[in-house]
Amino acid sequence: MNSQTTTRRKVANALFGLLAFLAIFASLITLVALLIDVVVRGGSSVDLQFFTSAPSRIPAKAGILPALVGTLWVTTLVAIMTFPIGVAAAIYLEEYAGRGRWSRLLRINISNLAGVPSIVYGIFGLALFVRLLGLGRTVFAAALTLSLLILPVVIISSMEAIRAVPPSQREAAYALGATRWQMVRRALLPAAAPGILTGIVLAVGRAVGETAPLILIGAVTFVTFVPVNPFEDKYTVLPIQIFNWAGRPQAAFQEISAAAILVLLVLMFLLNLVAIILRARLSRTIQW
Amino acid sequence: MSMNEREPVTKPSVSQVGASAPSSATSAPATSSTNPALLLENVSCWYGGFRAVREVSLAIPRNKVTALIGPSGCGKSTLLRSINRMNDLVPGFRMEGEIAFEGTSVHSRATDVIDLRRRVGMVFQKPNPFPKSIFENVAFGLRLLGETTGIDALVEESLRAAALWDEVKDKLDQPGLSLSGGQQQRLCIARALAIRPEVILMDEPCSALDPKSTLQIEELMRKLIRDYTIVIVTHNMQQAARASDYTVFLTMGDDRAGYVVEQGETGKIFTAPQQQLTADYVSGRFG
Repeated sequence: MNSQTTTRRKVANALFGLLAFLAIFASLITLVALLIDVVVRGGSSVDLQFFTSAPSRIPAKAGILPALVGTLWVTTLVAIMTFPIGVAAAIYLEEYAGRGRWSRLLRINISNLAGVPSIVYGIFGLALFVRLLGLGRTVFAAALTLSLLILPVVIISSMEAIRAVPPSQREAAYALGATRWQMVRRALLPAAAPGILTGIVLAVGRAVGETAPLILIGAVTFVTFVPVNPFEDKYTVLPIQIFNWAGRPQAAFQEISAAAILVLLVLMFLLNLVAIILRARLSRTIQW
Repeated sequence: MSMNEREPVTKPSVSQVGASAPSSATSAPATSSTNPALLLENVSCWYGGFRAVREVSLAIPRNKVTALIGPSGCGKSTLLRSINRMNDLVPGFRMEGEIAFEGTSVHSRATDVIDLRRRVGMVFQKPNPFPKSIFENVAFGLRLLGETTGIDALVEESLRAAALWDEVKDKLDQPGLSLSGGQQQRLCIARALAIRPEVILMDEPCSALDPKSTLQIEELMRKLIRDYTIVIVTHNMQQAARASDYTVFLTMGDDRAGYVVEQGETGKIFTAPQQQLTADYVSGRFG
């Protein structure tokens, strides 16, 4: 072998390694810079009072309690609504619908829906839930809109988790005289559970960060009370509170805006952590 | 491997298989040829436009091991999976002819496919335990039937019948997937036995196993025929010769459809085959 080409191949190899490192470095440095910036500007504002107070005209007295509770309300309702519907739809498409033209059409449309901009869901939610169904500017209307938004993502990730279960598992259940539903419930779902739950938690994480559709369907930017009844009360959520504060000229509001971003990031981090832990715990016994 | 493990397969000792005999298993072997458990008549199988099996007629005798042998792709597995209608799950599959199980066509209106698969169990090529505990793997079929009492006893009985009890009795709550390959396959046999089938179909059950585990399974089959009828597909001719009572040799025609060349008692197929194709195959000159 020619030693010159050998050198060239080694150089090319090292170069690509460097390029790949720079690629990951670029995204890492952005994240680190963002975190440092937020902590420096808002870290000192995060204290107990910040969590227990409502927004105020006086930045030092302002807090995120209504927004935090609003976010928790919306998140919980979204999770409760998308879990059964998303998983059932995925089961239908993977195990019942077959591979015909009809099911292919459904699949393609669900993939398309997953790519629809969230603002479009906001317009739809405003027309259907807030106006037509008369739900008004409530937590429930927000949860319904965000559920529609993440449902395609939940369906697609659940379908992937179901498809990842080896066919031999289905055969094993059928060969023991399982009906299709018994096969799904006792063999398929337990085996697919880690993947399904991870997908749902990550999708809910996306809903937590959504702002645009909620602005459209009327999340209020200045709420001084904690929403109690999701069907009645006005509400706000963390991203909208951040949007509101960040838009004000006073430097003090910029600080508490950064503080609220910090809280939102920690919330997202916790959700992702839950996904990782769930996956690790549930898949401990599953290695085909 | 020790000498002990190399010993030839012993003939069935009846003590191991407990009182799990289904009612149908009590008929004497002498009547088995006149009253077969399964009767296949002119069975042809298609995948879409491709004919995989052509006009196979067979009688599967009760309480015997019947081996289906032949080269790869000759339709052995297709034929086996048609018996408990597992091929219904394959899009485009179609069968013609008749498969009668205990005198009733498996495709007749009177046959419920769920009930058929409960009575005709199956063990697959690659061990496929569920990602559940050893106990729950064996109890799976019982839970499907909605059984709530006596599960513990049936699980133990099935594990004993599958010659696995002594190895797992202290770790029934451990995952089935933590067992070795050979143990997993015996777990799958125990799982099939737990719902008391009448026939057990085995689709190359030892192809993923080491020689020691293979011998264990063969030994087990000899014991199980006291209570069950076994049909085994195998690529391993020594296995067919060692473990089966009857052998069916299939091969492919020019159209790649599998057909039966010769069938009969295993001893005769291997020592005095009537067809040249059979002689070539069992002596290893072809396939």
